[in-house]
Amino acid sequence: MGSYEPVLLKNRGVEGSCTLKVHRAGGGYAGAEKALKLSSDEVIEEVKKANLRGRGGAGFPAGVKWSFLPKDREKTILCVNGDESEPPTFSNRVLMESDPHMLIEGIIIAAYATRSQVAYVYLRVEFHEQFHILQLAIDEAYAAGLLGKDVLGSGFDLDVYVHRGAGAYVCGEETGLIESLEGKRGWPRIKPPFPAVEGAFGLPTVVNNVETLANLPHIMTRGADWFQSIGAGSSTGPKLFCLSGPVNRPGCFEGAMDMTCEELIYGDDYGRGMVDDVGVKAVFPGGISMGVLTGDELGMKMDFDDPRNFGLLGLGTAAAVVVDVETDMRDVLLNVSRFYSHESCGQCTQCREGTSWMYRIASRIAMGAGRIEDLDLLEQVSGRMGMMPGYSICGLPDGAAFPIRGLVQKFRTEYEEHMGRQRDGRAEAVLRVLN
Amino acid sequence: MAWKTIDRNEPVVDAGATPVLTEAIRGKIESFFPRYPTKRAVLLPALHVIQDALGFIGWQAMKEVADLLEIHPSAVFDTISFYTHFWTKPRGEKVVTVCRSISCELLGGREVLEAVKDHLGIGEHETTGDGKYSIAVEECLAGCDHGPCLLVNERMHKCVKAADVPALLADAGNADHGLPRSDLFDGPVVDDDRDDGVIASTSDVVEMQDSN
Ligand SMILES: Cc1cc2nc3c(=O)[nH]c(=O)nc-3n(C[C@H](O)[C@H](O)[C@H](O)COP(=O)(O)O)c2cc1C
Ligand code: SF4
Ligand code: FES
Repeated sequence: MGSYEPVLLKNRGVEGSCTLKVHRAGGGYAGAEKALKLSSDEVIEEVKKANLRGRGGAGFPAGVKWSFLPKDREKTILCVNGDESEPPTFSNRVLMESDPHMLIEGIIIAAYATRSQVAYVYLRVEFHEQFHILQLAIDEAYAAGLLGKDVLGSGFDLDVYVHRGAGAYVCGEETGLIESLEGKRGWPRIKPPFPAVEGAFGLPTVVNNVETLANLPHIMTRGADWFQSIGAGSSTGPKLFCLSGPVNRPGCFEGAMDMTCEELIYGDDYGRGMVDDVGVKAVFPGGISMGVLTGDELGMKMDFDDPRNFGLLGLGTAAAVVVDVETDMRDVLLNVSRFYSHESCGQCTQCREGTSWMYRIASRIAMGAGRIEDLDLLEQVSGRMGMMPGYSICGLPDGAAFPIRGLVQKFRTEYEEHMGRQRDGRAEAVLRVLN
Repeated sequence: MAWKTIDRNEPVVDAGATPVLTEAIRGKIESFFPRYPTKRAVLLPALHVIQDALGFIGWQAMKEVADLLEIHPSAVFDTISFYTHFWTKPRGEKVVTVCRSISCELLGGREVLEAVKDHLGIGEHETTGDGKYSIAVEECLAGCDHGPCLLVNERMHKCVKAADVPALLADAGNADHGLPRSDLFDGPVVDDDRDDGVIASTSDVVEMQDSN
């Protein structure tokens, strides 16, 4: 893998990488220039040919999504998803910090392809530094004629606005994002209608992730064939991987989707192994919502397909957090289940109640008052929530079910051992505290 | 989040009938109108502007912003109560936002949060008696590569250890990130950015607004 040439992060660490000058010196905005000379349909065709799959979690091909827009539409809205709230994901952050103009260029290309004259970048509010960086880059782009009226002299008009969120994971879900953009609580919408038909302000809307868009300039300049040549099968193109937890070199790395989870943790170009060489007990390889691997399953490929072979929901955000052998899996269960119960928006009964129950059960287990039946109960609850069985409006509870079910199934022996060591009378004492 | 609201144990602060949104704040909010096809969509930017200017969003401010955006005050409250970022009672000059998600926790995040609470002598979502600090706890701040992490206002503190917390909180400059800032939301509140062609150079949005 030493031969991989970074594309998305090529300017990371370069002095002044956030400025237009440095970005242009590296060939920046050539992709936008090229796209604006084509027809919007030609741009969509090229992106389809590249099979650029969404980097926001679902892996849906961007070009295909764009072609769902009604042909006879007059207005289109482009939403850029920079909500990035899935633990432990931070690749959008690194991209925006190191090369905001790459994102702006991607926005121009996507807006042109979808005939959008306005793009809203939905940024989570905790991205303060990144907001300033991006907003200043946008101002610079306006001043240079790259945004506003007549972008690059092409006759195409585009306004780009940053819309700051206010602290809610579910606003990363595309219709939650749209509601939040409209000034409401971020309650995801029942689909259909899909955003492509009726999205923000009732208009056809496209939502794409920051990293997805950052790929567009390179597809334009280097072509779909180049994109297809990186990686294999349906998992091609440059990809950002995040790694965190007790590893020697946590960070955001760029590579092809042909590496294994083990390489990401131990590879010289990546994590360089665990701190103090402790063993790996578990890894959440795609953001916590995709599910969990045991230390024996590190051979999983970090691509769009292999995660399913390990009982995971998918590649997700390709952000791995490593849990070392010394960690008590009860704490992991507690932390993960709390996240979903806190972030459920509460519209759907199975999600609101299910995530809360799972958190309460996990609290009981963590406090040393678990019962063996609790493990079955967790599995049962996790099987009765989510979009996949049709119980909910959005995918949040599916993302809760996979890690929690995975933890219970894959680490059941450990939970049972803990329960076996619980002191008599502990359960009653804890229940008095909890209830 | 979420359906369980925070920060609602104490009543929302009501300033009485005295207006709290100054002309400057209103002007700043109005400068966002051309960006969106509806006035309601200006609510989140407006709440950011108000909280940045006043420190929190009390009932009086909610009523005034509702007027400005031509929506019902209950709609404003509804939106506010959904988002963890907004305070409906005064908060400290500085808000320490600590991450409690998985990567940070694995690296000692819990101890960091405990140290912050101990040092300030307050709990989550509370404010110190001298009004200097408030504590907020959030899920993953997207800074997992440098966990445990916390924000002091806008500044991200990376790889924080519990032992570093007293010094970190004693440092008067702990909220300065030293980066160039955009004053779009909380800069000097002036009306003239509406005319400089940069921020409000809308083409279609204004049309959409008219046709709505
Ligand atoms: C609960 C939930 C949270 C999500 N959070 C994000 C997010 O923070 N960022 C993101 O890009 N996509 C997020 N998504 C996925 C979006 O709904 C959507 O698929 C994505 O933004 C589409 O962009 P892409 O096709 O370019 O990947 C989330 C989905 C769900 C169900
Ligand atoms: S599934 Fe959960 S998060 Fe999604 S809309 Fe329903 S209650 Fe809200
Ligand atoms: S887990 Fe703390 S920043 Fe992501």
